[in-house]
Amino acid sequence: MKEHPAHDPSTIYWPGRLSALLPLLLFIGAAFQVPEIQKNGALAMAFDWVPSLNVRFDVVLDGLSLLFVLIITGIGFLVTIYADAYLAGHRQINRFFVYLQSFLLSMVGLVLSNNLILLFVFWELTTLFSFLLIGFQNESATARDSARQALLVTGGGGLLLLVGILLIGDVTGTYAISELQGHTERLHRDARYLPILICLLAGAFTKSAQFPFHFWLPNAMAAPTPVSAFLHSATMVKAGIYLLARLHPIMGGTTAWMTTLVVVGAVTALWGAVVAMAKTDLKSVLAHTTIMALGIMTMFLGGRTTPALTAAITFLLVHALYKSSLFMVVGSIDHQTGTRELAEIGGIGRRMPFTAAAALMAALSMAGFPLFLGFIGKEIMYKGALTEDVFPGLATTAALLSNALMAAVAATVALRPFWGRETPKALTAREAPWAIWFGPLVVGAIGLGFGLIPDWVSRWLVEPAVRAFHATGEDITLKLFYGFNYPLLLSVITMTLGAVFYLARQWLRRTLVRFLTAVPMTMEKVYDGGVKATLAIAKWQTRRLQNGSLFQYLTVIIGTTVIGVGGALLHAGTIRVGWSGPPVPVWLGLLLVCMLVGIGIVVRTRSRLLAICGLGVIGTGMAVIFLTYGAPDVGLTQLLVETLTLIFAAIVLLRLPPIERHHRPGFSRMALSLLVAVGSGALVTGLMMAVQHTEVDRTITAFYEQASYLKAHGRNIVNVILVDFRSLDTLGEIIVVAASALSALALIRGKRSSS
Amino acid sequence: METALAIVSGSMVAGGIYLLLSQNLVRILFGLIMLSNAVNLVIFTAGGLTHTKPALIEVGRSVPGTAVANALPQALILTAIVIGFALLVFMFVLFYRSYESLGTIDTRQMTKSAPEKPHATDTTTARQEAGS
Repeated sequence: MKEHPAHDPSTIYWPGRLSALLPLLLFIGAAFQVPEIQKNGALAMAFDWVPSLNVRFDVVLDGLSLLFVLIITGIGFLVTIYADAYLAGHRQINRFFVYLQSFLLSMVGLVLSNNLILLFVFWELTTLFSFLLIGFQNESATARDSARQALLVTGGGGLLLLVGILLIGDVTGTYAISELQGHTERLHRDARYLPILICLLAGAFTKSAQFPFHFWLPNAMAAPTPVSAFLHSATMVKAGIYLLARLHPIMGGTTAWMTTLVVVGAVTALWGAVVAMAKTDLKSVLAHTTIMALGIMTMFLGGRTTPALTAAITFLLVHALYKSSLFMVVGSIDHQTGTRELAEIGGIGRRMPFTAAAALMAALSMAGFPLFLGFIGKEIMYKGALTEDVFPGLATTAALLSNALMAAVAATVALRPFWGRETPKALTAREAPWAIWFGPLVVGAIGLGFGLIPDWVSRWLVEPAVRAFHATGEDITLKLFYGFNYPLLLSVITMTLGAVFYLARQWLRRTLVRFLTAVPMTMEKVYDGGVKATLAIAKWQTRRLQNGSLFQYLTVIIGTTVIGVGGALLHAGTIRVGWSGPPVPVWLGLLLVCMLVGIGIVVRTRSRLLAICGLGVIGTGMAVIFLTYGAPDVGLTQLLVETLTLIFAAIVLLRLPPIERHHRPGFSRMALSLLVAVGSGALVTGLMMAVQHTEVDRTITAFYEQASYLKAHGRNIVNVILVDFRSLDTLGEIIVVAASALSALALIRGKRSSS
Repeated sequence: METALAIVSGSMVAGGIYLLLSQNLVRILFGLIMLSNAVNLVIFTAGGLTHTKPALIEVGRSVPGTAVANALPQALILTAIVIGFALLVFMFVLFYRSYESLGTIDTRQMTKSAPEKPHATDTTTARQEAGS
């Protein structure tokens, strides 16, 4: 019962409860659009967002989007109510609802986007919020690791998806999904079709947990159960399926598309079903059946016939209904008994009648019993599998085995805990509060109700959704009974096999566990290894590069500059050695020699006073140069600042220990310093040599000379530039001086208060 | 003349960088002073030294009569000198303070970003005082 700490009276509950209105209103709003969409196909709305990048905030509500919106908001509403009771007393419950509703809105945005870039933005938002939701129990290391794993896997796929989207934009010149349908031919013939396909599928497969990226999904069960019920039944993992359906008319229909989707989907479905059989934690079982379901949907989206695509969409609806119900049921069992282990729960049906009823309905739909929507889903699935263009045998076998295993799993999960022998844990179980059994019961009942009116469901929901991405004149109607044909035969086989699997479940589980432990290499290990290796490399390079040595930092930075700029300079060959410009008067030559001597003194001496004198010589020499070459203002300022600098230096240096005591560096370090120093000096000299052979561009100066008096009424051009034309720069300069003075003051005062 | 100044400013850069690479705060300070002077000299020289008349407009004229010195680099250097000075003063105080709290001017020994443990409590209380 770690998930629900003791009730905290100080928690305010109404924000969470109130947030249930958001999905409810969205659901009602979307439901009112159903007749319109059924009749006219689509509603659109758009405005410019980033026009320079051809990105429009472009939303379209068509049959496919509508089905998704109804599933997302409908289940979102029930999950919100459920979570409010399930997490009652959690001190961060309001934060939870912020995450949950943000996630819901991102999902709705994702399925409404008609612009691929916009779609990608929402795609990443769902990744981000799912990270927050999965890691909601942030005190637990498992939750944090699982959240990070989901983020890295789906986020990595998301980046590839972006590459694919940009490539599509490059090939076709548009990001609008509705316009892309006209470019199908061009895309299929383009040499970049395969890279695009790989990138897009990487995005869809990571999000929808397809083999070999499936491993993050079961781990994401570290999230509180309401999150699992929402993310792993109706939303997050369906985003990849949505993308595949959306891209079907644009990218689909090729051999590469069909082969990849059918094979990957079939493998995923079988793997998920097999592992689900081997698990004993109820939530983990459900997680693996979700992987199986996603595999089935991918497999059918690989096809291009109407039955195959209808099967994918029908199963999507079927699965969203029964899986969200079952997740909530398992959460309810966990909530009331404190365990999710199959062996520890039995016979709680009489004590928890509503939960049991919900579980029964969901499980019968999952197993595909007649009268339930699941049965219709299964019939159309077999019909679709038999019409697949590639590997119909594989598809049929995968669907058959998965369905049989699923029937067995459904019986295990939903029948055993409720109708078996009563276990000790069951004796203390009581029915959960109404908010906890309400959601699963409603969804389960919808599964049954829809099963009774299949033609209504297909007319208003499934048919518009399929027609949105599959233009066909064929009839798309779901029926309760298609007559005696192959699908019905396959259904019978499925049921029989399912019953056999159920009866042999103990033996089956033992065998599968033995088989699974024998698998030497799993993707999860690859992932773990990758994360460890990345961290190790990061650590190593940080230790190497960020070792805290000022000497190393400066050597690397200055050395790189010298080599880079100097190399470019040598390559351009613009340095010409030789004297140029006016000749040097003798007295000025002597001054320059004095400055060079000053530099030498500062560098060589170990006496602070001598060094200050040397600096004085250099600074004064500069002032004289400025004065000589027509810059009296600069010269005077230089003289003033130089004097002040030296006074400050003298004041501070007298308080620091003398350099004489400083220990001299070793030879190699000295040599390296010398090399870097001489190199940078040579670079500056070389640059100036190159500059002096180019004509000085005096255009700007000429403007100032012309405008100085006429426009600014000043005769000193330098001063006019500073205080008039560039006065804002001067203001900036004053701010810098003030900031530096204030900082210095703060440093000195800080010392006083701490001593 | 330009070539001579190129050599002088190159030498100043070399000397400044060499001092920067020493591990003594005082010498680093000297290096900074020298470097900021060198940069100003580079800008000044790059603006051209052909005309030695100050950039002034005589009374009675509205534009300079004969060719005068390039006013633009002078304006830039004036700004640079002042900003360089402001930063140097801040450096003085900063170096002085770091010597006071770390007790050394050897950059190799200035690796601790936080004081030793006994001082840690002092800084916490100081922070609390500052916060209150």
